[in-house]
Amino acid sequence: MSRLLVCPPDHYQIAYEINPWMDVKRGADLTLARVQWTALMAVLEKNCGATLDRIEPVAGLPDMVFTANAGIVAGRTVVLSQFRYPERRPEETPFERWFKSHSYEVKRLPPVLFFEGAGDMLGTRDMWFGGYLQRSDIRAYPYVGEHLGREVLPLELVDPRFYHLDTCFCPLSGGEVVWYPGAFDRYGQSAVMGRFPTEKRIAVPEEEAVRFACNAVCIGKHVVMPEGSPITMERLEQLGYATHPVGLSEFIKSGGAAKCLTLALD
Amino acid sequence: MTHETILLHGHIIDSLLLPKVLDRILQYGGSFEIAEIRIGKTREEPSDARIIVHAESPERLAEIIAAVQAHGAAVEKEADCQWQEAPADGVFPEDFYVTTHLATEVRAHGKWVPVEGIEMDLGIRLNRNDLVPHTVPMAEVRTGDRILVGHEGVRVTPLERPEHLDVFGFMGAQVSSERPHGHLIAGIARRMQSLRKSEAKILLAGGPAIIHGGGREPLAWLIEAGYVHVLFCGNALAAHDMEAHLYGTSLGLRLEGGSLAHHGHEHHLRTINRIRAIGSIEEAVRQGVITAGIMAACVRRGVKVVMAGTIRDDGPLPGVITDSVQAQAAMRAALPGVELALLVASTLHAVATGNLLPASVPTVCVDVNPAVPTKLADRGSLQAIGLVMDAASFLRDLARHLGWKE
Repeated sequence: MSRLLVCPPDHYQIAYEINPWMDVKRGADLTLARVQWTALMAVLEKNCGATLDRIEPVAGLPDMVFTANAGIVAGRTVVLSQFRYPERRPEETPFERWFKSHSYEVKRLPPVLFFEGAGDMLGTRDMWFGGYLQRSDIRAYPYVGEHLGREVLPLELVDPRFYHLDTCFCPLSGGEVVWYPGAFDRYGQSAVMGRFPTEKRIAVPEEEAVRFACNAVCIGKHVVMPEGSPITMERLEQLGYATHPVGLSEFIKSGGAAKCLTLALD
Repeated sequence: MTHETILLHGHIIDSLLLPKVLDRILQYGGSFEIAEIRIGKTREEPSDARIIVHAESPERLAEIIAAVQAHGAAVEKEADCQWQEAPADGVFPEDFYVTTHLATEVRAHGKWVPVEGIEMDLGIRLNRNDLVPHTVPMAEVRTGDRILVGHEGVRVTPLERPEHLDVFGFMGAQVSSERPHGHLIAGIARRMQSLRKSEAKILLAGGPAIIHGGGREPLAWLIEAGYVHVLFCGNALAAHDMEAHLYGTSLGLRLEGGSLAHHGHEHHLRTINRIRAIGSIEEAVRQGVITAGIMAACVRRGVKVVMAGTIRDDGPLPGVITDSVQAQAAMRAALPGVELALLVASTLHAVATGNLLPASVPTVCVDVNPAVPTKLADRGSLQAIGLVMDAASFLRDLARHLGWKE
């Protein structure tokens, strides 16, 4: 069973621009966003059997809906995020409060280090990966690794469109990875190839990567992902995964999709 | 050139962070040395690397450091060096730092300060009212002197390729009797010409074979012509030089013709006795007793002469320093400003001088025994020329290149 922390999009909007996807002038349709979010939650709960913990949204914190960036959780320990952009830093307080009130052991990093939680840190059973340079600071990973007892392999993110690791890299429950190689330099690509043999790597074409095909939630043999990525879906189905495409256009306008809207709690 | 040490820790091998950081250093125009690397034994175990980054300017170095810091490289935490008081006169504290002959800096109060008096196999002392650390020989240390201990807060600058692309710049440490000497001696002569024009000093350390073999005249000429500014020798070179002037012999053998002079074996003793009676070599030259040769040229040209004695010396001549610690100190005191050292036909003086010189000073070692130039070349200077040849032939060739007419 999988537990996920989610935040209803009551105060969601595009209020500032901190990645290439955000356009304040274009904005997002809040009504449609609510419908899309609710549909995503329904798929997660009903189709994938996930349990959802909802955090109370806070007015003035539009990106709190992207709970993946609250921190990284392992067991009953959470390492809280420290956002690079001041626009998102006020989210740290409500998330910290939630974890404390739910009896998590809360760990903080040295104040000078940026770290954006599960948005930049993803793992398989035996290896964790940490995206760095655009949002998280590579120097954060040794601390996170120590707090959680995990080793983290750092991967530089070189394409501003794929500013968090979870926008271009998604390890699956069967040991495979869905990824967009263009988001990494040749060192990062080699490192990923060193960890995942050819048959375990699903390289997403660029046209599907920009539709956030990699920003998927994998629960057992279910993969919940934004719609519009038929090639990736076909590959996943060949590998025995059940795919669940969900319309998430209003969130993609902020640079996030299925994965960004959830935080794995165990 | 300037440098900084960086540390990389974590999954630097399989994430390819190590090659990435090294490539970045090169892309930004720097160079690197991997000082230490420890690779994790398993995939889970992190690895560590300690890398020295070199760059041509502090600005370029700062750019490189900023570029690699983004990839997790940490600048090595620099600590001040440690000082400890000397426990007794002539005794260093237990863990004293032993110098090399390379440029050295120590970090005191957060600042890197160059050490003065670079010389190998000494300690480093910080005088009470002086912020400049200075090398100090074991014998000169006094109770309570602050002596550098341990290795923390010390950095040594490796030798750089010399600027001059002459014979010195191209020479390796290879010494062989089967190499042509002509172009090397011409190159040494050119270096001496350019040094004579500047304020730099040329040092010659020589043995008595110079006199026996017929090198006295060319050497005296080199001194008169202003090509030698410091002379290191023993009792013998000076004694036989003046014997040659007074008797025409060297160790009793006629320099012209080579036959044994009647009672010739007494000549050098009578020479020494004569100078002792006068009181000094300088006075003998002033009184006109000695008017030609190496010592006369030195007195006339104001060359700094250090004569170091040995246990086999006759006399010795006035001015010979018989306490070897004092002799070493006198040689050391004559070194500032020396930018070329010619070490000719004396194992003892050549090796002693080589030990006193910083690695940055080019040396020419001439000896018929290949072991001597080899030993000198092995001291790790990029500018050491070793010539396996007779001292007098060398001096004659050198002087001819510089304008001497026989």
